[in-house]
Amino acid sequence: MPASTQELAEATRRRHRREKFVTHLCLLLGVLIFVFPIYLTLIGSTHDVNTIGRGEVPLLPGAQALPNYAQAWAAGGGRYMGTPAGTMLVNSLVMALLIAVGKIAISLTSAYAVVFFRFPLRMVFFWLIFITLMLPVEVRIIPTFQVMVNLGLTNTMAGLVIPLIASATATLLFRQFFLTIPDEYVEAAKIDGAGPIRFFLDVVLPLSRTNIAALFVILFIYGWNQYLWPLLMVNDRSLETIVVGLTKMIGTGDQQNEWNVIMATAVFALLPPVAVVVLMQRWFVKGLTETEK
Amino acid sequence: MATLTLRDVKKSFGATPVLHGVDLDVKDGEMIVIVGASGCGKSTLLRIVAGLETETSGEVLIAGQSMKGLEPADRDVAMVFQNYALYPHMSVFQNMAYGLKIRGLPKDQIQRRVDEAAGLLGIGHLLHRKPRELSGGQRQRVAMGRAIVREPKLFLFDEPLSNLDAKLRVELRAEIRRLQRRLGITSLFVTHDQVEAMTLGDRLVVMNAGRAAQIATPMEIWERPADTYVAGFIGSPSMNLLSARLEAGGAAAILDAGGLRLPFVDGPRAGAAGRKLTLGIRPEHLRLGEGGLDVMVELVEPLGGESVLHGKLADGTPLTARLPGARYADGAMTLALPPESLHVFDGETGKRIEAGD
Repeated sequence: MPASTQELAEATRRRHRREKFVTHLCLLLGVLIFVFPIYLTLIGSTHDVNTIGRGEVPLLPGAQALPNYAQAWAAGGGRYMGTPAGTMLVNSLVMALLIAVGKIAISLTSAYAVVFFRFPLRMVFFWLIFITLMLPVEVRIIPTFQVMVNLGLTNTMAGLVIPLIASATATLLFRQFFLTIPDEYVEAAKIDGAGPIRFFLDVVLPLSRTNIAALFVILFIYGWNQYLWPLLMVNDRSLETIVVGLTKMIGTGDQQNEWNVIMATAVFALLPPVAVVVLMQRWFVKGLTETEK
Repeated sequence: MATLTLRDVKKSFGATPVLHGVDLDVKDGEMIVIVGASGCGKSTLLRIVAGLETETSGEVLIAGQSMKGLEPADRDVAMVFQNYALYPHMSVFQNMAYGLKIRGLPKDQIQRRVDEAAGLLGIGHLLHRKPRELSGGQRQRVAMGRAIVREPKLFLFDEPLSNLDAKLRVELRAEIRRLQRRLGITSLFVTHDQVEAMTLGDRLVVMNAGRAAQIATPMEIWERPADTYVAGFIGSPSMNLLSARLEAGGAAAILDAGGLRLPFVDGPRAGAAGRKLTLGIRPEHLRLGEGGLDVMVELVEPLGGESVLHGKLADGTPLTARLPGARYADGAMTLALPPESLHVFDGETGKRIEAGD
């Protein structure tokens, strides 16, 4: 005798509930793994220097939040007398913005050239760009450093940004996107009388909004997290970026690290990328839902 | 408004010839439909006129001016694309105004022209929408509006109705015709649909494998197709083509299938006895009656007022007939061929043979 429909419905309901429970359990576990270190940092930044120094790992907020953050912002690590987090944040922000905007501008224009124009050796140029994908910063860091020294760009913002400003990945992504723009748009624009620059500004750029937003998020974080290159390029304290500055605050000597200030600085270092992701995400989703073609 | 002249226009893509030399004279205000199967070069021809492709040799003249070396924008033509090609991020108004804006027209004039065109097309209430918020028919209207506001010398239509459903296609077809007449702008219209071609064009260019097989008015083409290709292409269902041989004296043809004798009522054809011929007869000209072709009907398509019958002759040649009424069944049937509706073509070259030729 087959089960009644009520029984079947009840079984389905039970199964759904069980599935929901398992899903949420997995999610909770994931969140815990991701969030716990950040939580520790946040909590650590609210205690005085001795609490963590004693080897305790406090799980509840302490009372020293304000002085810790004030010290990090204005003075940097006490013992090491590092650069104030305020300065480092500005440096990092300028560098990350220049890298992200520069990369997008350069890859947009080079992808536009490769896709929409016919010129001799077009594919050769494309492959040259493509091949640089296989050479990470670390591989070409010595010659690049030499070039920057010769150009007298050490200890400058230009020296920080320029070697990182070309992006094969972004060029490739834009190229793939441009290839999906129907030829008819190009032809309609030709008949409308739009030259290559107008077509770029009036049609290609607005259509690429979503891609630009997505890439901006990725590239900003890439720029923000640069470590090796700024470490080499800059020894002037006033140009220190926060990612480098943060590691310099952790001493290697016998003296006690000021973990409370370090963690406050780490929280500062976290904020701009988080802000970019949060702010751009809204824009990004809007762009996605509005997408058409 | 202008004339358009094509002089021996040829085009090859690499080593592949696509157009073998097309000549065409389009009068001011005329609507020319270029029709042909896909790959016959009809779109290429249109794109050469637009300046989107460059002719390998030959010449395109608009209003008597050679277009050699001129960019599409400098030719003063407007084009309507099959997939509309409306800029998706611009509103309907911006789409229609874009070409005018680039040409530097003052704002109030742009506004006036767009409003006028929108009124003409009944899309005035859509001006602030984005293309994605429009139906296919509305999009195609906007695409036409974009062409109209330019007030160009020449309209170029590249299969603009192919992406629409059948009902809308018929509606817009009539609308395009009305608009074109009213505005009096010389137009080229490319299509693969012979019904569209027949109903829209003042004259048709039937293209076959990179050549203009025939350039004439729709009725001329229907009544006197220049060769078997045109005969088969124009008219639906297609004309029946039957192989036959010339009778001694040239006054009649003997059908290969069944040996039926078909006299030429408009006069004898030249040639030796036994000259290979292809006889054409349109399905709608076949009649029920004795003394004709014995057909084995295999499929009957009732269309309501009439029926299309598909069958085979004794030697396997397929034959289609369109007969009034709907009471037909599969099986043997005899169909008469009225001699006055016969088309005579050369059996080798496929060219039409007139009386006395």
